[in-house]
Amino acid sequence: MSDLVTLSALSKRFTTPGGWLSKPRSMMAVRDVSLAIPKGAVVGVVGESGCGKSTLARLVLRLLEPTTGTITFDGTDLTALPAGPLRQMRRRMAMVFQDPYSSLDPRYTIADVLAEPFAVQGQPQTATRIPELLDQVGLSRAMAASYPHQLSGGQRQRVGIARALALHPDFVVLDEPTASLDVSIQAQIIALLQGLQRDMGLTYLFISHDLGLVRYFCDRIVVMYLGAVVEELPKANATARHPYTAALMASNFTPDPTQRRELASLTGEIPSAFALPKGCAFAARCPYVTDLCRSTPPPLVRDVDGHAVACFHPLGQAAAR
Amino acid sequence: MLMEVQNLTVGIASVQPLSGISFAVDRGEILGLVGESGSGKSLTALAITGLLPLIGGRIIGGAVVFDGTDLARLPEAKLRPLRGKRIAFITQNPMTALDPVQRIGPQIDVVAEMHLGLSKSAARARTVDLLTQLRIPEAAVICDAYPHQLSGGMKQRIVIAMALAGDPDLIVADEPTTALDVTVQAQIIHILATLVKERGLALILITHDMGVVAQICDRVAVLYAGRLAEARAVRPLFAAPAHPYTAALIGCIPRARMEPGTLTGIPGAVPGVARYPAGCRFHPRCPRATDLCRTEAPALEPVDGGAVACHHRMEAAHV
Repeated sequence: MSDLVTLSALSKRFTTPGGWLSKPRSMMAVRDVSLAIPKGAVVGVVGESGCGKSTLARLVLRLLEPTTGTITFDGTDLTALPAGPLRQMRRRMAMVFQDPYSSLDPRYTIADVLAEPFAVQGQPQTATRIPELLDQVGLSRAMAASYPHQLSGGQRQRVGIARALALHPDFVVLDEPTASLDVSIQAQIIALLQGLQRDMGLTYLFISHDLGLVRYFCDRIVVMYLGAVVEELPKANATARHPYTAALMASNFTPDPTQRRELASLTGEIPSAFALPKGCAFAARCPYVTDLCRSTPPPLVRDVDGHAVACFHPLGQAAAR
Repeated sequence: MLMEVQNLTVGIASVQPLSGISFAVDRGEILGLVGESGSGKSLTALAITGLLPLIGGRIIGGAVVFDGTDLARLPEAKLRPLRGKRIAFITQNPMTALDPVQRIGPQIDVVAEMHLGLSKSAARARTVDLLTQLRIPEAAVICDAYPHQLSGGMKQRIVIAMALAGDPDLIVADEPTTALDVTVQAQIIHILATLVKERGLALILITHDMGVVAQICDRVAVLYAGRLAEARAVRPLFAAPAHPYTAALIGCIPRARMEPGTLTGIPGAVPGVARYPAGCRFHPRCPRATDLCRTEAPALEPVDGGAVACHHRMEAAHV
């Protein structure tokens, strides 16, 4: 399977403007992320708020300019592309946003929303395309004349998906598309996305905070913490080696009262990205922390199976030693 | 039972968004109140805490018996001393539950001053003690902070401290972890579960997450479109859900070892109060619906560990 999208050593620095009494401050939202997304695969990026996963999603489509690093899409370096060719290339990629309430213009009808990608890209829009899109996402054709406020959250997110599909993209970035929905509707949307991916051979980058959902939906999983990749699982059912991934898995509540376990092995919260610790970013919350972790950032080391982990004391190896 | 809700019916203007809700919870127990958005969970919480008038609603039938007293028949003046003292409420969003221009300390102190009659200094000592119990580091310093200086998980702990300050017997928590990150959510859920066991509190936990319910609740009440679908002890409910809606809710939780395509969700959506269908309200979305379901609302009937309202209840063999 060849790679459709490749990120290499991608970083993004944000700087807050200084004020009358304050100095400008800067933070690294994404630090040195390298990732290959194979054609037809679903790659999941998981992490808590502030870990840089949404910034990464925007960098991949160059909606944000990376500070350093490159993005390659189907052999073309996106970071070097001028505006005109970039716009042409963007026909092949799309994004579904987190909040279906703020990502649809309240004054546009659903037909207007779905017609916009054609207008923006100067593409001819056939009369059958909008009804076709509505069919694909399981909405009734009559809904074309409705306004977003007349739709439920799940229906709006279906419109967001239809808009992303309008120009037949190859690659879709899904930025927490179900975070604001009920579990029942979340499951509907995930089933829809799975079906579309199968039928149209799409490649997805799926951003989420829910490791349980990512493990169900994705072929490969990247775990981020404070802007950097701490672990990459080559398969959804691979065993976690980074203590942070293990903690995320333990925070997932199993829906079975006969399998109750002690919750909350992890204490504390994510430190501020403005004051990054010197060593491992997870050191302050890690149960296995040593002096080495506090002084030196661990490198991301990949094994033969493609399993990569950035930890001096990965789980499952203490027993082997 | 410390709190027994019997056949509760709520009216707002000319509609009845809730009807026939019954469940109970005792000291040292956690009751999970579950259902999708729009099923009436938050409204039930408002009814229990006597806050319905705030949104123009009132209890028009049934009883909310708290420690022997029917709160539904109590005038506002007699409810006030109960609310905040014996019955505490934790709201969904800690960001809006705190006053942004007041320091943390006084916001918690006032509860003990008002309900326990403590002096300012005694109330502060109690606040610091509570915050320490909730594993907030440097509690005395935090008392001087403003809400915006704290993280979301910290703010939710402050709100929990406010709820505990009046030494309540019952806490109603409306999705207390929805706005939080997963690892922080696990911490908060753990804190709540520990408090219940250690202090012998009763907790009504409103959630849409069947995973949380399975992990910490003792009893479960499943609401759908303003009616009770199923109310049972947690183990039999998960071992063999009797209502197809309960089974569907449990089936919505993604698990790593699920085969692709097995997570399908529940087709359709919860109807609004003006569009409640006749018969069983779940019938338009139910795979087991028959003509009987379309015309006749099922009554609550006993089932292992509780009660269920379904004409075609699922037997253990079907699960």
